[in-house]
Amino acid sequence: MSALSALSSGETKGETFVINVGPQHPATHGVLRLKMTMDGEYITRAEPVCGYIHRMHEKMGENRTWAQFLPNTGRIDYLAAMAYSHAYVGAVERAAGIAAPPRAEYIRVITSELNRISSHLVWFGAFLLDLGGFTPLLYAFDDREKILDILEALTGSRLTYSYYRFGGVCNDVDDDFIRGTREFVAFMRPRMKMYHSLVTDNIILRKRLIGIGVISAEMCRQYGATGPVIRGSGVGYDVRKSEPYSVYRDLDFDVPVYPEGDCMARYLVRMEEMVQSLRIIEQALDKLPAGPVMASGVPRTLKPPAGDCCFAVEAARGRLLVRIVSDNKEMPYRVRLRTPSFCNLSLYEEASQGMMLPDALALLGSLDLVIPDIDR
Amino acid sequence: MKALLKEIGSGFHSLVTGMRITLGQFFKPQVTVHYPHETLKMPVRFRGHIELVRDPQTGKAICFACKACEKACPSDCIIVEGVKREGERRKSVTEFKLDFTKCSLCGSCVEACKSEAIRFSKDYNLASVSKEEFIMDLFKRLESEQPKPPQAQPEQSKEAA
Ligand code: SF4
Ligand code: SF4
Repeated sequence: MSALSALSSGETKGETFVINVGPQHPATHGVLRLKMTMDGEYITRAEPVCGYIHRMHEKMGENRTWAQFLPNTGRIDYLAAMAYSHAYVGAVERAAGIAAPPRAEYIRVITSELNRISSHLVWFGAFLLDLGGFTPLLYAFDDREKILDILEALTGSRLTYSYYRFGGVCNDVDDDFIRGTREFVAFMRPRMKMYHSLVTDNIILRKRLIGIGVISAEMCRQYGATGPVIRGSGVGYDVRKSEPYSVYRDLDFDVPVYPEGDCMARYLVRMEEMVQSLRIIEQALDKLPAGPVMASGVPRTLKPPAGDCCFAVEAARGRLLVRIVSDNKEMPYRVRLRTPSFCNLSLYEEASQGMMLPDALALLGSLDLVIPDIDR
Repeated sequence: MKALLKEIGSGFHSLVTGMRITLGQFFKPQVTVHYPHETLKMPVRFRGHIELVRDPQTGKAICFACKACEKACPSDCIIVEGVKREGERRKSVTEFKLDFTKCSLCGSCVEACKSEAIRFSKDYNLASVSKEEFIMDLFKRLESEQPKPPQAQPEQSKEAA
């Protein structure tokens, strides 16, 4: 980082120019705009400009019934839609005092974890695409296709599932689903080994990631970064462990933590997380209890008692919190979403200072941003 | 010097590993489907746009215009109208407008209908140059299909079974 020292000691020529990365740029995965003030190849300031895909999800929540907001939850982070539905139904169930039957909770965990793997596979492909490697994307999407097929057969949709309901899930899983999921788990384990020998051990990748884009735990804390970002900085914070929800308490899994804080650490955290998700899925399938998948006596038009309720889940990108305020009407008074991508992006300006442009794009990719999740 | 040699060695190793995996993939069966010459079978629960279901006994639409689906739709895409005819127990549907441009394929309408009068079609080849084509009258659609019993594309009837 000789450039950084050159910058901080004021040795720059002082001639800067501004380039825009995005809002339409292949390296930004969506309509995120980065206003970069450059000094040659080095960044003096990278300012994220968001809001291009703001759709007022929170306001929409105030204009429809509790159940009608469910399809929206699949459209905030379209790569990990299950977790968003989970947080919302969890909050409403908490407010209305509904308990989902155990089978439904297990199904929720299985589908959420499958969704987490599919989301991480997209990140894997897209991140390597950012770094200039095209082939892994094809492998990753091939594997992801298997998950999407499983989930499509179960829910009827490939991305925007809207599968969870207040008090359970809308379809029961069948034997095909269980067999398909078991086959996928067995298939995916050797695939992860293949990814490690194809990608992780590749010298070009290592050179581009090790020591690049170091984010300290303190910076994560200041900006509220969560998920693989903070776990790559040495803090073992995972909502599934720190505030266990659903049936995560009964399942045995580890939270991968890497202390280095660089892009490689975040990469390894996500790769390791996929393996842990496979473990969770396997256990949940073994333990899957029989019984109904919907709680009985959930009223058709729900009117939760007046009050204020929160529910946090570990989404693929970090801590997702849904806060709902009810005034005992058919529609929510307020739906507030705390989405992980927004906080993870906010540290970018500080973290990217003094970096070279290609490294800064590696850093951006390692944050795994989903733009609708930022703008929502 | 030693470090450089090591680096060259590991670079070569990365290259060989990559090539080996790629070559292995070369002999694996193809994963893609040659659309449009081949198409995939849609799963039973696939959510296409909605369509009215015919009562197998009477040959008419089951829907009796109770408007539960209209109320359930979060995007206001459904308008149902019906009339009560002389000598009939229930209303019968006369108009079932679906504004597909607004539909998010969420499935709330199918879930809301307690008499199973609507279902998802398996039609995914929906493309048009005019917006009007997506404002469909499902009732007219059903009526126009009247003469031939369960008229559907061969692909669809397979899944309906
Ligand atoms: S699928 Fe959803 S958005 Fe479409 S018509 Fe039915 S309720 Fe409305
Ligand atoms: S489709 Fe079903 S819910 Fe909608 S109006 Fe007809 S009977 Fe009622």
